[in-house]
Amino acid sequence: MRIGDFKETYAADEAVFRSTTSRFWLGVLFVLLLIFPFIASDYLLYMANLTGIAIVAAIGLNILTGAAGQISLGHAGFVGIGAYTSAVLTNHLGLPFLICLPLAGLMSAFFGILVGAPSMRMKGLYLCITTLAAQVIFEFIFVHWESVTGGIRGLNVPPPSIFGLKIDGEFGFYWLVLPVIILTATAARNLFRTRVGRAFIAIRDRDISAELMGINLFRYKLYAFASSSFIAGMAGCLWVSHLKTITPEHFPLHESIRYLAMIIVGGLGNILGSIFGAIFMTLIPEVLQTALKFFEQFKPEAMAYLYPLQTVVFGLLIVVFLVFEPHGLAEIWCRIKNYFRLWPFKH
Amino acid sequence: MNIFLILLTSGIAVGGIYALIALGFVLIYKATSIINFATGEFMMIGAYIFYTFTVMLGWPAIPAFIMVMAGAALLGMLVEFSILRHMLGQPTISIVMVTIGLSSILTGFAEIIWSSDFKSFPPLFPRSPIILGDVIIRSNLFWGFVVAMVTVALFAVFFKYSKIGIAMRATAGDQMASYSMGINVRTMFTTAWALGAIAASLGGLIIGNIGGVQPNLGSIGLKIFPVVILGGLDSIGGAVLGGFIVGILENIAGGYLDPYFNGGVKDVVPFIILVVILMVKPYGLFGRREIERL
Repeated sequence: MRIGDFKETYAADEAVFRSTTSRFWLGVLFVLLLIFPFIASDYLLYMANLTGIAIVAAIGLNILTGAAGQISLGHAGFVGIGAYTSAVLTNHLGLPFLICLPLAGLMSAFFGILVGAPSMRMKGLYLCITTLAAQVIFEFIFVHWESVTGGIRGLNVPPPSIFGLKIDGEFGFYWLVLPVIILTATAARNLFRTRVGRAFIAIRDRDISAELMGINLFRYKLYAFASSSFIAGMAGCLWVSHLKTITPEHFPLHESIRYLAMIIVGGLGNILGSIFGAIFMTLIPEVLQTALKFFEQFKPEAMAYLYPLQTVVFGLLIVVFLVFEPHGLAEIWCRIKNYFRLWPFKH
Repeated sequence: MNIFLILLTSGIAVGGIYALIALGFVLIYKATSIINFATGEFMMIGAYIFYTFTVMLGWPAIPAFIMVMAGAALLGMLVEFSILRHMLGQPTISIVMVTIGLSSILTGFAEIIWSSDFKSFPPLFPRSPIILGDVIIRSNLFWGFVVAMVTVALFAVFFKYSKIGIAMRATAGDQMASYSMGINVRTMFTTAWALGAIAASLGGLIIGNIGGVQPNLGSIGLKIFPVVILGGLDSIGGAVLGGFIVGILENIAGGYLDPYFNGGVKDVVPFIILVVILMVKPYGLFGRREIERL
């Protein structure tokens, strides 16, 4: 319950977490996250790590698509570039994880700027199709630049090391993902409060008005592309350190669409939304698969019909959320929170 | 035999088929400003309807052909009526994502209904390859091209002379003005979806006749984007020309460059052309530059 919540300073009003209540629950969440790996099974940890990587990638996409309003169909390509960069750096130069992570991000950001460059002259759907072209071209490079990417067979990577310490297994990896998530989420949340982030939102809402207010559209769109793909590159580095193998099949167009689905289902332009969306879209297929395995015991012959159901559900989720809940899970969460804000009193 | 001529002719033939599918895309975009990422899936459904009637029910080709058009029109209207009508006035990303979600739904249902196995049509045209002077073309490709061109021509005549066609062009030009002239704009949207679906499904039928049907047949639909962007999203003539350009260039590039890259050049060349064209002409070759008023 939150009553008597008055602000006396501007600093208090501008704080990210405004009330003691929210700070308290955030603390609880943090403690739970710290305890989680000690009590969870290996499978749960594996799922948590996958979700974590998805969260980082989704936050990246949400900066570009959610905040700056530039639809990107090439996000998986940027994740892939980060992953390949990190794999090549570890394999050939033996660089440790902490150096690979920013370098993978920088490489992705470089390509992000390259893909964003046409935004000088076009926007909207035309730009969206350019990112689609980027995705297709990246995939082609992953498959065909065999001397570097290993072609279809891909690359194998040794487990990541930090300060000479080999991180192997799900438990160790959890401690890599968690700080990166916290870092990116904090950075992104604060980005939206700065001059640059405000400019992104202004561009999304009405680019012409933004330009009239003195925002250099081209420059800020490039910032958006760069920061988004930087985070995507880091997600790629995490990805390759987690799976320890990488092939072009890991980064198809469908993966880009999955990231878009995450931020749509979670909530566009909302950091909490990207987190919710990534968790939701990673867990739903798992839950569906478990349910289908359960049915398989009774009717094994119906499986051929039920497995494609996952594709249907994926599409339905996107459509249903867009038609009925366009602000996503974050909005639902907000409503629930507001309900409990004064609970048990009505007003 | 001259390899360049062979690549050129098969490129023209493929380009004609692209033109038909692109027509289906542009029809919808022009009338409703909705970019339809499910065009490829409309193609796939069309091919499957044809498969159902000819192979599973044993109908002759012509009635099955008519059923494909009827089924596609129904599908298009259903999609417009049940989903996209509610998306009017939403931001671009919502509309793009809704059609992407729709494509996923259609693929899933196709897999449930027809399974993911490879299916092929009974032979529709005489098997013997067509010989034009020096060049030999596969008969399926040649007849596919002929059917595509006839359909595109029929569509052109329809838009030029029929009452509905003129009303649709008016709606695309100015919605307010067409309202005041007594055109039912909503019906025009539905008609556009039906016609767009018909064009796409006929394209799918032709492609299915050449290479067989599978639930992922729709992924060919991605190549439509270079085609339509090249011509400019809202230009029907541009879509047709774009189809030919992409078909010819991808065939020639594929033919000459594939040995150096171990294949796959054909699939990426259209997108490279797309990026190059957009760098020079941001609204495609024939697209109208949008003038924004505040």
